[in-house]
Amino acid sequence: MERLFRLLVRLGEIYNADSMIPVGSVQVAGVSYKSIGDPGMEFLEDIASKGAKVKVLTYLNPAGMDLENWKKLGFPEDFAKNQLRIINAFKKMGIVVTSTCTPYLAGNLPRFREHIAWSESSAVSFSNSVIGARTNREGGPSALAAAICGVTPNYGLHLWENRQPNVKVKVNFNLNYNSDFGALGWYVGKQVKNKIPYFTGIKDANTDQLKALGAAMAASGAVALYHVEGITPEADNVKKEGLETISVGKKEIKETYDKLNTGKKPDIVIFGCPHASLREISLLADKLEGKHLKRPVWICTSRMVKEAAERMGYNEIIAKAGGSIVADTCMVVSPIEKMGYKTTGVNSGKAANYLPGFCKQEVCFANIDDLVEAQL
Amino acid sequence: MKGRTISPGKAEGEAIVSPEPIGFYGGIDINTGIVIEKGHPLEGRCVTGKILVFPCGKGSTVGSYVIYGLKKNDVAPAGIINKETETIVATGVILAGIPCIDKIEIEKIKDGNKIFLDADKGIVEIK
Repeated sequence: MERLFRLLVRLGEIYNADSMIPVGSVQVAGVSYKSIGDPGMEFLEDIASKGAKVKVLTYLNPAGMDLENWKKLGFPEDFAKNQLRIINAFKKMGIVVTSTCTPYLAGNLPRFREHIAWSESSAVSFSNSVIGARTNREGGPSALAAAICGVTPNYGLHLWENRQPNVKVKVNFNLNYNSDFGALGWYVGKQVKNKIPYFTGIKDANTDQLKALGAAMAASGAVALYHVEGITPEADNVKKEGLETISVGKKEIKETYDKLNTGKKPDIVIFGCPHASLREISLLADKLEGKHLKRPVWICTSRMVKEAAERMGYNEIIAKAGGSIVADTCMVVSPIEKMGYKTTGVNSGKAANYLPGFCKQEVCFANIDDLVEAQL
Repeated sequence: MKGRTISPGKAEGEAIVSPEPIGFYGGIDINTGIVIEKGHPLEGRCVTGKILVFPCGKGSTVGSYVIYGLKKNDVAPAGIINKETETIVATGVILAGIPCIDKIEIEKIKDGNKIFLDADKGIVEIK
């Protein structure tokens, strides 16, 4: 515990924090055995064995497999054993072991201006930008330290002066599919790296689309906060005069689609990066009703949303078509390359960013209609 | 050159310089120290035992665990020099005990330069 508090103090010193501030909730990344390996597992088991307990509501990022259905979905046994050891270590610390990158859709919802310590990069982006809560991009261990100590150093995005945009992004393109938001995010993240963009020209966007936009920017760059004129809660109040401006139009979006497409025909299509909302699952159920898939389609989501989808009959419709709803995990942190898949179809800019390096996959990046069509 | 101490310690080695940010998760293999991100300027190169120089971190926040894991697996860089170290890299190097400083004009460091890094004092010397 002392080691974790020292980590927070050191971070506070480096970044000139004036104090420690209490956090309302925490979200911890670094859960999949595939991502953290034996060193991470041993680190967590060591902390758990010393009796450390979290002080605030704490959720977990996705694990490397569906924690209930892993056998049926073909996850390797030795992987599962280590994954469950990690989950048990977290549980011992009092962490809610629902593993999701969308805690805000599963019962961990901060309020506007609440200080939190979240670590999953897309969840950080969503809570800062769409909700207006305040968190830095915490590393997995620094978020865990905040959960156990109940505080975080007061610096960076916890302070209003650091939440001001420093680049303007003019969107001259009608965004249609959620994958268009993913492509826009991937392109902008590459351009702006760790800046705070202020978007204009986005006429409307629901929370699924903002989730896709933020996730892609956090993956191709390190964007932790963005503002959208007329849409996100801090956009009206931030200073946006005299900013450097970049424009994104049809040409840039088309080029991004081309760039992210490294494969030809998907072996598997995976939706739900970040985890699918009930609305996204309902839309897929509509598209898959009465169809017969020739190749697998997975939809990754949180256990909570899966339960709701079950009650609505969506899971049955999707299963009948030959698809699977996979909870607790996602394609990026699961060992899909060891399950025989070489080319993965996705509609997520974030997934398209990570799959080639981390899962050795060729990627088909496309919209939901083209992806469903490809598997029929 | 003088910068800010992120994680103390001393290290000596050959510079491996990336003009682009590095995302450790999905960017560097935790077991081999080899850069695996497709299209990255350092793709295919090994960071083990080198002084790794890059402007800032990017991408997933699991990166801290990858840095810690590189160290535990004995394939970590000997030291890290950044323009601006963000929390993900800072957390990783502090836990792993890898000497690291930032606020350095990294453009002055060329790939292959012999580097002495004294992170206790926040000093970088190009030999």
